[in-house]
Amino acid sequence: MTTRTIRVDYLARVEGEGALDLHISDGRLVAAALSIFEPPRFFEAFLRGRGYNETPDIVARICGICPIAYQMSAVHAIENAFGVTVGGQLRALRRLIYCGEWIESHALHVVMLHAPDFLGYPDAIAMARDHGDAVRSSLALKKTGNDLLRLLGGREIHPVNVRPGGFYRVPQRSELEPIAEKLKQAYDQAIGLVRWVATFPFPDFERDYEFVALRHADEYPLNEGRLVSNRDIDIDIADYESEFEERHVAHSTALHSLLKRRGAYLVGPLARYALNFDRLPAAVRALAAEAGLAAVCKNPFRSIIVRAIEIVFACEEALRLIADYEPPKEASVPTEPRAGVGFGCTEAPRGICWHRYAFEADGTIRTARIVPPTAQNQPSIEADLMAVGAPLASEPDDVIRHRCEQTIRNYDPCISCSTHFLRLAVHRT
Amino acid sequence: MDDRRQPRLAVWKFASCDGCQLSLLDCEDELLDLAGTIKIANFLEASSAVEPGPYDLSLVEGSITTEHDAQRIREIRLQSKHLVTIGACATHGGIQALRNFADVREFVAAVYASPEYINTLATSTAISAHVPVDFELQGCPINKTQLLEVISAFLAGRKPAVPAHSVCIECKQRGTVCVMVQGTACLGPVTHAGCGAICPSYRRGCYGCYGPMETPNTAALAREWRALGATRHDIRRVFRSFNAMAEPFLQESAAHDD
Repeated sequence: MTTRTIRVDYLARVEGEGALDLHISDGRLVAAALSIFEPPRFFEAFLRGRGYNETPDIVARICGICPIAYQMSAVHAIENAFGVTVGGQLRALRRLIYCGEWIESHALHVVMLHAPDFLGYPDAIAMARDHGDAVRSSLALKKTGNDLLRLLGGREIHPVNVRPGGFYRVPQRSELEPIAEKLKQAYDQAIGLVRWVATFPFPDFERDYEFVALRHADEYPLNEGRLVSNRDIDIDIADYESEFEERHVAHSTALHSLLKRRGAYLVGPLARYALNFDRLPAAVRALAAEAGLAAVCKNPFRSIIVRAIEIVFACEEALRLIADYEPPKEASVPTEPRAGVGFGCTEAPRGICWHRYAFEADGTIRTARIVPPTAQNQPSIEADLMAVGAPLASEPDDVIRHRCEQTIRNYDPCISCSTHFLRLAVHRT
Repeated sequence: MDDRRQPRLAVWKFASCDGCQLSLLDCEDELLDLAGTIKIANFLEASSAVEPGPYDLSLVEGSITTEHDAQRIREIRLQSKHLVTIGACATHGGIQALRNFADVREFVAAVYASPEYINTLATSTAISAHVPVDFELQGCPINKTQLLEVISAFLAGRKPAVPAHSVCIECKQRGTVCVMVQGTACLGPVTHAGCGAICPSYRRGCYGCYGPMETPNTAALAREWRALGATRHDIRRVFRSFNAMAEPFLQESAAHDD
């Protein structure tokens, strides 16, 4: 019996802390476990007893990379519980600020965290020595996303302007004009990014995923929609717990989310794209075709192209929203608390972020449950690792390690969010 | 530039949201220049190239919540010429320090089906509770311009120019009309400057995410809040949030316990 051990204790270029254990016995990969040792912070526990008005500020702190996702899922859940509807330009502004988060988060992942894997660099800074124009153009794109977040939210990390019912302050038309000019440049930069990442070398690898995403009557999904899959899921977000469950496994401080009837599923760009291709503008669909993407992409390594496509969409959508913008008379609609339960589910850059809160009559949180995207993807990541790793079992350790790390980064895992969510070790016996 | 003559920077993460280290990656205009001036020797969120210590400057994000992390920060201190905490978690324990006011076993049971799988300390504590810290940069999240100032100052061997006055001064500097005089309760008078007084410029009161200023009069501000209609419960909650364990905020929240 042959024994080899490879260990990667801290995975790089992911947000948060995790590791991977691969078990190889007699040249066969027998198990792959993603460990998340990000220490738990207990948001769902300390949210109990807090006020509904504080909730958007508190849940933002779950993730510094996608705070808007947490804020949006929370305000929708609060409004759902209190019977409040936010429409018109306030709804449009929510969509606009979410576009800013998609642009900055996707650009960060595509260029700084993921692209170096394909081109053989340890990081974007080293990559910039050979691909300076591409890195600088992408940093400019990321900056425009952050500028949009800062304009509407006050700052890019943990924005302060989101509240139940709308915003504390809404912009005048004149405030949006300078950002529109930057977004026109960002749109061109994003098209350049799609064309650049489409030239990367991609492994010939596909899996038959169950994709899960929101689907809206006429929009590419951000804040609203029904929960659908490419199998038979088509449910109201309030019925999430009837189809999905969280399981607690020993090697992880992240809870694993599974479909009760079928197990692992996939959320995020590949799922949104496959389930909502027809909701993308014609020009974006044409660009996807030019980049070699069909209407459904089952190769997780090519998710980098789909993310770049979604940046183009977010720039175009932001420009459309700004062109149609008229400042609403009030920055928010009144929210009167009442006892009840509310649900919110929105499309974080990494996939659906589902919240449920139960409130006392005065708006105090009685119970909270938050299901972040990366926890939902963890079983799919492990299944990918088994499929990617199996044919490589007899390869040298550094070949296996590199390909497995890349497989994990395909998911843009946000581990800080997922704790309820990694170490790389290969155990060969 | 020759790598051997460049100062060596390390960025470390403990219990946190990653937002403060993201502030470094959010320096889109400065990042490539910065990387030409200093050697980013250990920054796992940004690079898989990790060089061993010692480091000239360690930036530490996050609070200590596990025995393993308590040991890890001691090892990092030994490898670091200067150690600077970045953000409310590393400086005061963060929002996750709300466990310090509760029974952590009950918290574990509320979130996890199998509490026996979870290793955690009963408290979330600041880095300074474990090792000597050379400078604490406050904020949830930190201000990236202040972060660049702190990095420049330590590498130049000078004191960082980070004012310790209140958010009120920043409102005056940017010409924002006081929201408190318009009837909106605001923590600005006791909160450390650095954000640029964002909240009042968005027509809401400061909620204290930069933690206490130097010598804050929290009791006087609490009386003003009561006059504006805030309950004791409201006041306890607002001081017991992102910087709950910062001493002046801790005392004021405790003074409003039932």
